[in-house]
Amino acid sequence: MDKREIVTNDATLPLRKLTRARIALGRAGGSLTTSEWLDFKGAHAAARDAVNLPFDVPKVQQSIESLGYPTITCCSAAHDRATFLLRPDLGRRLDDESREKLSASTADLESIDLAICVCDGLSTTAIHTAIGPVLEQLLPRLAAEDWRLAPILIVRNGRVALQDEIGQLCKARIALSLIGERPGLATACSMGAYVVFDPTLGKTDADRNCISNIHVDGLRFEQAADAIHRLLVAIRRQQISGVPLSAPESSTSSLPTEEPPT
Amino acid sequence: MSGYRATLRNQVYHFDSLRELLAKASPFRSGDALAGIAAEDEKQRVAAQIALADVPLRAFLDDCLVPYEDDEVTRWIINSHDAEAFAPVAHLTVGEFRDWLLRHETTTEVLSGLADGMTPEMVAAVSKLMRNQDLVLVASRCRVVTKFRNTLGLKGRLAIRLQPNHPTDDPVGIVASIVDGLMYGCGDAVIGINPATESLESLLKLTNILAELIQQYQIPTQACVLAHVTTQLEAINAGAPVDLVFQSIAGTEAANASFGVTFDLLDQAHQAAQQMGRGSIGQNVMYFETGQGSCLSANAHHDCDQQTLEARAYAVARRYEPLLVNSVVGFIGPEYLYDGKQITRAGLEDHFCGKLLGVPMGCDVCYTNHAEADQDDMDTLLTLLGAAGCNYFMGVPGADDIMLNYQTTSFHDSQYLRQLFDLRPAPEFEEWLIRSEIIDQANRLAPPVERHRLFESMKKLTLSAPD
Repeated sequence: MDKREIVTNDATLPLRKLTRARIALGRAGGSLTTSEWLDFKGAHAAARDAVNLPFDVPKVQQSIESLGYPTITCCSAAHDRATFLLRPDLGRRLDDESREKLSASTADLESIDLAICVCDGLSTTAIHTAIGPVLEQLLPRLAAEDWRLAPILIVRNGRVALQDEIGQLCKARIALSLIGERPGLATACSMGAYVVFDPTLGKTDADRNCISNIHVDGLRFEQAADAIHRLLVAIRRQQISGVPLSAPESSTSSLPTEEPPT
Repeated sequence: MSGYRATLRNQVYHFDSLRELLAKASPFRSGDALAGIAAEDEKQRVAAQIALADVPLRAFLDDCLVPYEDDEVTRWIINSHDAEAFAPVAHLTVGEFRDWLLRHETTTEVLSGLADGMTPEMVAAVSKLMRNQDLVLVASRCRVVTKFRNTLGLKGRLAIRLQPNHPTDDPVGIVASIVDGLMYGCGDAVIGINPATESLESLLKLTNILAELIQQYQIPTQACVLAHVTTQLEAINAGAPVDLVFQSIAGTEAANASFGVTFDLLDQAHQAAQQMGRGSIGQNVMYFETGQGSCLSANAHHDCDQQTLEARAYAVARRYEPLLVNSVVGFIGPEYLYDGKQITRAGLEDHFCGKLLGVPMGCDVCYTNHAEADQDDMDTLLTLLGAAGCNYFMGVPGADDIMLNYQTTSFHDSQYLRQLFDLRPAPEFEEWLIRSEIIDQANRLAPPVERHRLFESMKKLTLSAPD
């Protein structure tokens, strides 16, 4: 038979440009065609790699230090990737060694305005691609307004709420986490920015604000840096974060309980 | 009571409470380990199952795992228990009950009569002694039929929820996905949108779009926008054409409180939806979603295992004679269900427990990208649940939900299952599909019709949409 007759194109083909959803895929009988199936597998492979690829701490460290900012590297209490996935509670705390290291190196700090934590979260590739460009735009804006920063923390196997302990140890007024978000098929390398005022152990998701979907096809790096900057300024001015903050462009990070953020 | 005990390979195992016994007897899953209540090793798990097999079913009426005084779900379970329906099995132990369920004589009629005599703890307990094939076989004998504008749950039928989600709730994108799904014969369970924004304005907009579409093409199905129940009540009060009212629910009062719901609120919503009276052939007006692990996630699990608490959510659902109930089995993430094996087992348990309790179970067969699972695992669960007679599954374009960022079953998957087991859509919807030249009399997709009349639904929306 004519090869063009093996698969059936969908009548909805003209609608395909109207959404990013996978519509009008065509079919082999009633099933997915070979090309669409392989396309799907490619997207899933990228998402799996984003979760599992090792966090390249030296590379991230270098890209931050090249901007002229000191860094400290740490690990959460989840020491490997499987533990990180199975025990969200451990990903929200530093391990003992990191806690001591951070305590020692922040002992002399005073009147710190902001602690920045860079965490791999659920997508290492998100941090690998986004952290340099976003900080390159964000840090000069903060410097221009005389924000006093703690050394930038680079944390392996960290979750959002780790910012509470880190912010507390740094005696910072505000903590900002830049963290890899759970990858989808559409994008595997999306970064989120979570901010909390007065970081202390025991803060909840309702105390945080979030700007998410930071990647080349989503909120682009320069826009993201702008948005994060405005959010930080609003939080500093209002001395509060989370649900009560009036900052229309951010969302609070309280997600449905069945979908843990990171 | 001095607890429970069993001997396995010369070792004596002791369990302090029924709650502990159930948790230790539960097939392994990461959420129970996270809660610190899972069996310490495989032998202890089997010992717990041996001890559980000897527990009389009646014990679950006396020993409420979640205290009666503290929890309205427990009070509802106990107060609504039907002793007459329970009578045929009232003298059995959990182990004997498993054997009884598997007998040839335990027919669809027998199981239908039993449902109101079952408590969720009883069905959860027996499920822990069952292997996957038992869960499939017994569930396949259960029938739970519900109606709104079509008839769901009939033997030889399979319905699909068309889930046309969009990251910005863009009406054009949503309707494009709906048209695509309808052309694959999906949408008989419900056309149900998870809105990206929770606002009343957005809910009203989407509700109106769905109502117009169903009206314009006279589609024998129902619509739902899955916002929080309070927002849906506001929409009803604002006069919006709401068909079904949706809510996520869980198995304890405290977990439901974390979702912002109580029986009082759900009672109001149920009443309001019934008063809308938009169903043409039935008055099953509620839609519920659940999932193992939601109680632990809300720190509201009372040291019970997640599978037992999930079964209690179906008791909550049962109070409202819903049209649709499904667990979203792999959505919660690997800290609760780690991999394809755990997701598969949980999906079969959820369907079995719901059906035995008389709930019209469907399943969102799904996974996230940080779980150890892939499409092969979904195929396995989908096929098993198809064999088990699951009422409905999800239908999402290409299995990829671009708003919720997870993978569930696709329009194509529905075609796979309908072909494999010769399952037809809901009868009223099937007639419409044939009339609309979407499928033929043999239940096969018809050749594509260029400029199908459904495309007209796009015109008004595309014209009004900004470029």
